[in-house]
Amino acid sequence: MSAAPEPSPAASPAEPVHVSRNYLNASYTVRSWLLTVDHKRIAILYLLGVTLFFFLGGAAAVLFRLELMTPQADLVESETYNKLFTLHGIIMIFFFLVPAIPAVLGNFLVPIMIGARDLAFPKLNLMSWYLFMIGGVFTLWVTVAGGVDTGWTFYTPYSSTYSNTYVMATAVGIFITGFSSILTGLNFVVTVHKMRAPGMTWFRLPLFIWSHYATSLIMILGTPVLAITILLVALERGLGIGIFDPKLGGDPILFQHLFWFYSHPAVYIMVLPAMGVQSELVAAFSKNRVFGYRFVAYASIAIAVLGFLVWGHHMFVSGQSLFAGMVFSILSFLIAIPSAIKVFNWTATLHRGTVAFDTPLLYAIGFIGLFTIGGLTGLFLATMAVDVHVHDTYFVVAHFHYIMVGGTVMAYLGGIHYWWPKITGRLYPEGWARFSAVLVFVGFNLTFFPQFLLGYLGMPRRYHVYDAGFQVLNVMSSAGASILGVAYLFPMCYLLWSLKYGRSAPANPWGAVGLEWTTPSPPPTYNFVETPIVTWEAYEYPGSNPAEVAD
Amino acid sequence: MSTPAATPLKSPIDRPAVAHHFDDWQQQYDACVLGMWVFLVTEVMFFGGLFTAYMVYRSTYPHAFAAASQSLDVLWGTVNTFILLTSSLTMALGVRAAHLGQSRRAAQFLGLTMLLGAAFLGVKFYEYAHKYHEGLAPLLGLPFAYAGPDAGARKIFLGLYFGMTGVHALHMIIGVVLLGCFAVPAWLNRLGPGGALKIEIAGLYWHFVDLVWIVLFPLLYLIDRSAHV
Ligand SMILES: [Cu+2]
Repeated sequence: MSAAPEPSPAASPAEPVHVSRNYLNASYTVRSWLLTVDHKRIAILYLLGVTLFFFLGGAAAVLFRLELMTPQADLVESETYNKLFTLHGIIMIFFFLVPAIPAVLGNFLVPIMIGARDLAFPKLNLMSWYLFMIGGVFTLWVTVAGGVDTGWTFYTPYSSTYSNTYVMATAVGIFITGFSSILTGLNFVVTVHKMRAPGMTWFRLPLFIWSHYATSLIMILGTPVLAITILLVALERGLGIGIFDPKLGGDPILFQHLFWFYSHPAVYIMVLPAMGVQSELVAAFSKNRVFGYRFVAYASIAIAVLGFLVWGHHMFVSGQSLFAGMVFSILSFLIAIPSAIKVFNWTATLHRGTVAFDTPLLYAIGFIGLFTIGGLTGLFLATMAVDVHVHDTYFVVAHFHYIMVGGTVMAYLGGIHYWWPKITGRLYPEGWARFSAVLVFVGFNLTFFPQFLLGYLGMPRRYHVYDAGFQVLNVMSSAGASILGVAYLFPMCYLLWSLKYGRSAPANPWGAVGLEWTTPSPPPTYNFVETPIVTWEAYEYPGSNPAEVAD
Repeated sequence: MSTPAATPLKSPIDRPAVAHHFDDWQQQYDACVLGMWVFLVTEVMFFGGLFTAYMVYRSTYPHAFAAASQSLDVLWGTVNTFILLTSSLTMALGVRAAHLGQSRRAAQFLGLTMLLGAAFLGVKFYEYAHKYHEGLAPLLGLPFAYAGPDAGARKIFLGLYFGMTGVHALHMIIGVVLLGCFAVPAWLNRLGPGGALKIEIAGLYWHFVDLVWIVLFPLLYLIDRSAHV
């Protein structure tokens, strides 16, 4: 434990020719990108895809935030408004938040962090990108050209019988994309089980890997249930088989059970990878072992398991029995514990470390603050009596945006900045990056904190006309959204700029530990010149907390 | 025995073919088999949604479901169960032949498995047609022959019957095509090293689809069949 491990002789003297060869300049043809089986190139393809969807989903938000500046309907009609928030929800959840961290950062880093040459099934990995893009572009086309007005939740019987919008076509797009999620999860699980480098035991894995493993379990167990739910809606809408429509003898609540059985765990598909990024950032910028490594690792698994047992908290007012409501309420309280463990442990890691306030850490600190607010307001909603009051109001909207935007997007941006030098071999301008990180934080809070107040005062979600008394808070929220929009555009500009003008990045610009920093930036096609042999614990920084357990 | 004398008895399909990103054959073998098992877990969850819907309505309308299940033909259901169980046997024999490097033999067993699969599908579509002619196919707004007191619930039963067996039949069709993708090259001795692993993995899928039917058969045809209505 005397020195930071720099184990692998990265520039191997045996093969000097290969030093300048990396996965980016290995070949320049379009074909070599579109048919690549290199996990790093597929990660770049995903990066392009999710960025496109993020800005399109954001554009819809800009439109309805403009509409909500005034209490009357002036910019759009109610049908258009319904289609806009549906588009925003569908695109952001299924095509940005779910794939963003696993498919971009996870794809790039999972094999490198465990010392493997690629994921277990590279062709499947490429196929999952194609499924993602086909499903995504198709859904985008349907939701923009035709429109869907059910909200992203597709509640029956409105979606299965009454809505006259393009429900089925949208469902097909989401169904296809679901398979890309399943294939990614399958690939990660098999890779982590079977492809770890010699000496890379389970408890030497970076916490990024633990949280991606837990995420993959949810993808594997949850996504097929969404698929069958969509298929059942299709059977009812297409063939007239009565499953959910009470007119046909079906039960609309069954849809809600099936839908939330996927969609609550899906929140953890979005948040667990963010927690993994968070652990890496906190350790790297406090030069410290993550406090209570094993607790954080087990907390990821606990979240994945408990996440499947709380879906009923979405249905407190849907006619669920009081007993079921109480059970789901208690379980929802329980799941706050592993999340809280993580927050405490990150804070403790920072507390004992030597902290450097670089851009990734600014995002990480933002994450801790926003995720804590999002998590605590989740407890309000898990309390049945409070939930009855704020159900279907802006309180809920604010809560899940604190988790999914304040949590996931902050961690995603932090991770993109942290690994950008590794991915591209370039450094970005630090001043601009810090400025935008702060701007994101300010814009985010100004957008969403007023929505807690609006919801508590009783403004229902999904309406474009509201009581004039709510206008001030709505204008604040819209103003914040415009700041947030600009703050999201900055990184896109300077990161693109850095590709051409940024300084070249060394192999390890942050002085961080972890296998990804032992290989050149950008890495060679097979990640390592020779397979690393791991003889150290995770986050073994000099002078950091000792490992709790030496295996 | 039936292998033509001209073709070699042994082919390299049982030999390893290590892909670039694996360290050795054992790692690759384990990874591929685990991958298929994980995929089958997703399939369990997929069918799980259907079974949940079935259980909910079975417990909501127990009598109507028992009565409606009598309109299914238990004889053809039994025949199909027998066909599928036999196909699992031929599949297992095919995997064994492949691991012994007997490419043509494996192809024969795969072909037999495909034939049995096709027979199953034939019986299934015969049953579907029969239901259609009886007016017991509550699909696409077709007229429903039964107009008794719990016609709605019976419709749900038959709707679920078509939905569940239809999704299963779709898996069978995929399975037959999948086996064809290996049977033809195996017969032509073109499968090459690593072929036995591919056949084994296809076999896992086949056994799984078989197993789903083993659950569907009692759920739809047998439970409470003798209960008087
Ligand atoms: Cu939930």
